[in-house]
Amino acid sequence: MTQLLEMRGIVKRFPGVVANDRVDFDLRAGEVHTLLGENGAGKSTLMNILYGLYQPDEGDVLIEGSPTPITSPIEAINHGIGMVHQHFMLVPTLTVTENVAMGAVTSKRGRMNLRVVADRIRELSESHGLAVDPDAYIWQLSVGERQRVEIIRALYRDVKLLVLDEPTAVLTPGEVDHLFKILRQMAEAGRGLVFISHKLHEVLALSDRITVLRHGRVMGEVTAQEATRETLASMMVGRPVRLAPDKPPLEPGRARLTIRNLNVMGDRGLPALEDLNLSVREGEILGIAGVSGNGQRELAESIAGLRKPTSGEVEVDGTDITGSKPSVVRDAGLAYVPEERQRDGAIGAFSVSENLILVNHNQAPMSRKGFLRNGEIRQRSRQLVDEFSVVTPGLDVPASNLSGGNLQKLILARELSGSPSVLVASQPTRGVDIGAAEYIHDRLIEQRGSKSVAILLISEDLDEVLGLADRIAVIYEGRIVGEVDAEHADRQKIGLMMAGVSDTGD
Amino acid sequence: MADIFSGVVIVATLSSGIRLAVPLLLASLGEAFGQRSGVLNLGVDGIMLLGAFGGYYTTLKTQSPWVGLAVGLAIGLFLGLLSSVVSVSLLAEQGISGIGVYLFGLGMSDLLFQRLVGTPLPVPSFQKAPIPLLSDIPVVGDLIFNHSIPIYLAFLAIPVCTYIINRTRFGMNIRAVGENPEAADSQGISVTRVRYAAVTIGGVLAGAAGAVLAIGLGIFQQNLTNAQGFIAIALVYFGAWRPIGVMAGSLVYGMVSAVVLLLKTRGIIPLGASDLAAMIPAVITVLALVVAARRFRAPTALTKPFIRGG
Repeated sequence: MTQLLEMRGIVKRFPGVVANDRVDFDLRAGEVHTLLGENGAGKSTLMNILYGLYQPDEGDVLIEGSPTPITSPIEAINHGIGMVHQHFMLVPTLTVTENVAMGAVTSKRGRMNLRVVADRIRELSESHGLAVDPDAYIWQLSVGERQRVEIIRALYRDVKLLVLDEPTAVLTPGEVDHLFKILRQMAEAGRGLVFISHKLHEVLALSDRITVLRHGRVMGEVTAQEATRETLASMMVGRPVRLAPDKPPLEPGRARLTIRNLNVMGDRGLPALEDLNLSVREGEILGIAGVSGNGQRELAESIAGLRKPTSGEVEVDGTDITGSKPSVVRDAGLAYVPEERQRDGAIGAFSVSENLILVNHNQAPMSRKGFLRNGEIRQRSRQLVDEFSVVTPGLDVPASNLSGGNLQKLILARELSGSPSVLVASQPTRGVDIGAAEYIHDRLIEQRGSKSVAILLISEDLDEVLGLADRIAVIYEGRIVGEVDAEHADRQKIGLMMAGVSDTGD
Repeated sequence: MADIFSGVVIVATLSSGIRLAVPLLLASLGEAFGQRSGVLNLGVDGIMLLGAFGGYYTTLKTQSPWVGLAVGLAIGLFLGLLSSVVSVSLLAEQGISGIGVYLFGLGMSDLLFQRLVGTPLPVPSFQKAPIPLLSDIPVVGDLIFNHSIPIYLAFLAIPVCTYIINRTRFGMNIRAVGENPEAADSQGISVTRVRYAAVTIGGVLAGAAGAVLAIGLGIFQQNLTNAQGFIAIALVYFGAWRPIGVMAGSLVYGMVSAVVLLLKTRGIIPLGASDLAAMIPAVITVLALVVAARRFRAPTALTKPFIRGG
């Protein structure tokens, strides 16, 4: 096989960190070579260097054997390199055709022949099973469709080498399968693909070779045949990792969270939840599985008092809190770990200790007669930071300085410190590194074991739901379309329910 | 007084409205280019003033309004490039840096005028160029087809600009860079080059706007533009970043100005209230455009400097 790319001894330093530390990486025509690593391991940095967005401090890039410094994306494009970025590089106000034509040579003296481009897009979209309307504006498209536009753009330019930065993060399981089929086709046609990911089963399903990065260094290179999820995870984290937490047997008590016939409107004034019924008992984790955007956010928000239901009832620990303010809901015993932790879970500009007392700063002993008591606050924050192993340079640094995992631990510490009777955890480990995810999972299991908390786990990560929940309810278009015991859960069946195919009751 | 409703007066007033709209039209068309590419240039009025003085002074010395207009364009080109350096290369805060250009233009044009000319000497204006046949059409002929060449050119610029923005590669690059510079950059478009070009076009048109204003009036004085450059910026917003919308706003402004002028000369608006009357065109223009349907969004990257990987 021809050597398409070789990166030798790449070093890239940013103020305070070495993002790439003597990284070697190579790619042959016809293969999928995965870069695997946690957030911040240096995967994107390495590929941004290849694409000319960053300049390496040391090291060489060789394209088809000859040293080729790439100082801008223009040169990368000219060398046949394409990249599907994690944040799509599309202009929402332009059409699909215009976005594909952008930057490519399609014109004579400034005038564009967009019809030719549109015809070519139709051809490519047919031959590769990438359905997309060339005349649609990007803003009209779903994320899945936008990604297809990016891939079509790469095909349009006939790239030899395509980098895909976390392409599955925004896709449903079905879309992922379809994407992988297309990527395999592209590799078989002789292109070289670099796949960036941190999802182990996807990496194993798609790759030929896997290079693992940690803290900017190459931890090793393995073939997909010789790797397992466990070996890859421990290479990523640097120590043995348990991928599924150990769970003591279920001993549920009385219902602490009850939802009856709940109807809620979404942001656009359309029904987001319809006649939804749920009940969670203390000592139990109820997992809500579903594809993003099927009412999960609205469900969490209407329990937390952030969204008023149009009808129905929500009861927290025996108190009817339907349509109540968040403070009333909290007093009734709710703890809430929101999906958007940076936006809704913490105040980035506030210090770590201020964030830790956000929900109880107006109660003794944190404050008295309207004055905050700094001694008490510091002591309490110190204790919580230690107890939940939040890694922070200090109590006074802004919360925005914390990594995703540590910020999530901080939020969990704050929410659990009030001895809640109900915990709603939305996407608790999304975008969090494996170590922190493992920690958060252990904490949720520990809360379950205390037998005084009912836990509602809302997650789009089916593995997480399968690993943690005692019962699994599948949400689709605002309705619970099925509920199964975790013990008897069948992955495929749940996947079908997530896609709206209801349980046929066989 | 009743004769203000006579046909001749109405046609003359509307025709002068078209003339008064032209400097604003040119300046705001130019500003639309810059804003579409993501750069807000608050210095338009300063560029207009220097273009106005340059155009006036050259016409005074050469007695040729066309040479004057050319100098106005050249001054606009230079100041447009200067604004690009400040906004695009030096990544200046665009809400502030343009005000510097404005104050520079305001002070410098007056200083040069005081030093080089002193008293407002009149200069020859552009000749009227009635279009054969068309100008003979009753009413419409006089209204639309009996103006000087720069006025025809300014209106011709509207479809030309629309075509450039929507149908050419350069125009698409401008839109891409103004909406998502990261995406444009990653597809091999030079954000810097596109923004320089767009802002410089804005400068050239602002310089032309000033020159056409001064030479059209045949006169220069301190603060000749009377903040028309700022109105132009507002028109770009209210005209939804589209040449046709910008034209509509300019015409409203020109027409209201012409009517106010007529009412002042006829003594219907008393002399004592003339300062108050001077702001009517701006107020009505803004109101009219606010009321017009607001379906459009500003370019996403407007006022945001671009740094790769930043």
